[in-house]
Amino acid sequence: MGEAIVITSGKGGVGKTTTSANIGTSLAILGKRVCLVDTDIGLRNLDVVMGLENRIIYDLVDVVEGRCKIHQALVKDKRFEDLLYLLPAAQTSDKTAVKPEQMKKLIDELKQDYDYIIIDCPAGIEQGYKNAVAGADKAVVVTTPEISAVRDADRIIGLLEQEDIEPPKLVINRIRNHLVKNGDMLDVDEIVTHLSIDLIGIVADDDDVIKASNNGEPIAMDPNNRAAIAYRNIARRILGESVPLQSLDEPNKGVLVKLKKFFGVRV
Amino acid sequence: MKVQKQQFVTIKGTKDGLTLHLDDSCSFDQLLHELEEMLSLKQYIQQDGPVIGVNVKVGNRFVNKKQREKLELIIKQKRNLMIESIESNVITKDEALRLKRETEIISVAKIVRSGQVLKVKGDLLLIGDVNPGGTVIASGNIFVLGALRGIAHAGVEGNIQAVIAASLMKPAQLRISDIINRAPDHLPHEGNELECAHINENGEMIIERLQQLTHLRPNLTRFEGGI
Repeated sequence: MGEAIVITSGKGGVGKTTTSANIGTSLAILGKRVCLVDTDIGLRNLDVVMGLENRIIYDLVDVVEGRCKIHQALVKDKRFEDLLYLLPAAQTSDKTAVKPEQMKKLIDELKQDYDYIIIDCPAGIEQGYKNAVAGADKAVVVTTPEISAVRDADRIIGLLEQEDIEPPKLVINRIRNHLVKNGDMLDVDEIVTHLSIDLIGIVADDDDVIKASNNGEPIAMDPNNRAAIAYRNIARRILGESVPLQSLDEPNKGVLVKLKKFFGVRV
Repeated sequence: MKVQKQQFVTIKGTKDGLTLHLDDSCSFDQLLHELEEMLSLKQYIQQDGPVIGVNVKVGNRFVNKKQREKLELIIKQKRNLMIESIESNVITKDEALRLKRETEIISVAKIVRSGQVLKVKGDLLLIGDVNPGGTVIASGNIFVLGALRGIAHAGVEGNIQAVIAASLMKPAQLRISDIINRAPDHLPHEGNELECAHINENGEMIIERLQQLTHLRPNLTRFEGGI
C-alpha cells in the first residue's frame, strides 16, 4: 500500500508542477514505483514538463467517468523502466468534472499498485484544490521567498490543517541567494518561523530548471545541477533519510571552469 | 396569649435611606401583603418629607421580572420613596453562565493563519501566533503569547475598557470596541518589549509597555470565581 502526497501552494506560478515532476522523478530514480497525477483539469501541463504530452490517449476524467480503465490512461515514462507513470488531466473539461469522492476512490485504487502517488494540485482553494487534497495522506506546500507566496502558503496550511492528513511539509523554491544576502528577499529561517511547519527542502533558482522543463526532461535527471540535487534530497527525505540542507552559496568555480564557460564549452 | 406573628418585612433606616429586608422563606404574595401593610403605617411615611432612597434586599429569593415590577409598584405608591436597588443573593443559571462566559479566559493553542478567524466570548489567551491575514476576536481582552501580525478585535460587543496585549506587537490592525487603528506604513521602531493597546479617556488608541496595564486596568487582576 503506497502513500499519496499532494503538492500544493495556493498561489500560482511558484513551481508546483515542476516540484511534482521532479519529486516524482527523483523517487523513481531512487527505485520507487511512482504515479504522478495531474489534477489541474483544463490547464494541464505536468505532461508537458515530463515530456509525455503526445503519448496521452485517455485522461483522468475518462477514468472517473468510466470511459476507460485506470491502466489504460496511465502514461508510462520509458526513461524509468516500469517505475514512473503519469495520469494526465483532461484538457477539455474543467475542475467541476470531478468530485472529491471520485478522486479519493481513484487515488485509493492507485495506492494498491504504487509506492508513491504524487498529486499535482492546481492553484487556488476551490474545487480543484478540494479534489487534489481528497485522496492525499500527506501534503507538501511549495512557496517562494516572496511575501505574496508565503501569505498564500499560510492560508493553504490553515486549510490543510482542517483535513484528515499529516501536518504539511514545506519546500521553499526559487531562492535567489544574492537577493537574500542583500536582505531584499525573505530568508529561509524567516519563512519557516512564520509558517511554523517542518521544512523538507530548499531549491535554488536555476536557469537550467526552466531549460529542462522546456525540453520535457525533469531537471532531477541531471546528475550535477544544484536544483536537481535539491529535488533528489527532498525525495530522500520523503523516504525517511536525514539529509542536511544544501548550502545556498554559489559553488566556487575554478578558473578553468569559468574559462570553459566563457568559451561556451558545456561544463 | 397570642403568639406573636413572625415578621417578614424588616425596615431599617440608615444614613443613606431605608433598607427593606424581605424574608425569603414565606410566599411572595404574603410578602407583598405585609410590605403594603408596613408601608401604610404612618410612622414610616412623612408625606411632605424629602425623597428617601430605598434599598431592597430579598435574601435568597429569586425575583423575576414580574415580581420585581410588583415590588416597585408597591414601594412607589408611597410618594416620597424611591427604589435605588433590589438585591438578591441568587441569580439564574443562564445569568451565571453568561457571567462566567464573559469573565472567563479562553485559552487556545494554535496558529491563526491567513483567512482564519478565531472568535471567543470572554477573554482570549492565544498560545501561538496570529499570522498576517488572520483575525482574532473576543468580547473581552485579547492576550497573544506569540506574535500578533494579523487583526485583533477586543471588546467586540462594545467594551471600550478591553485591551489587547501581545509578546510581539506587529499587527495589521487593532480594533477595540468600534475604534479601529491600523499599523503605520513604516514601523518606526523594532521594539522587543511586550506591548499592549488600550483606549484612553479621549477615545484614542494607545500602545504602551505591557507593564502600564497594572495602573490602567487594575481590575484585570481576577481570582478564580471572582465576578
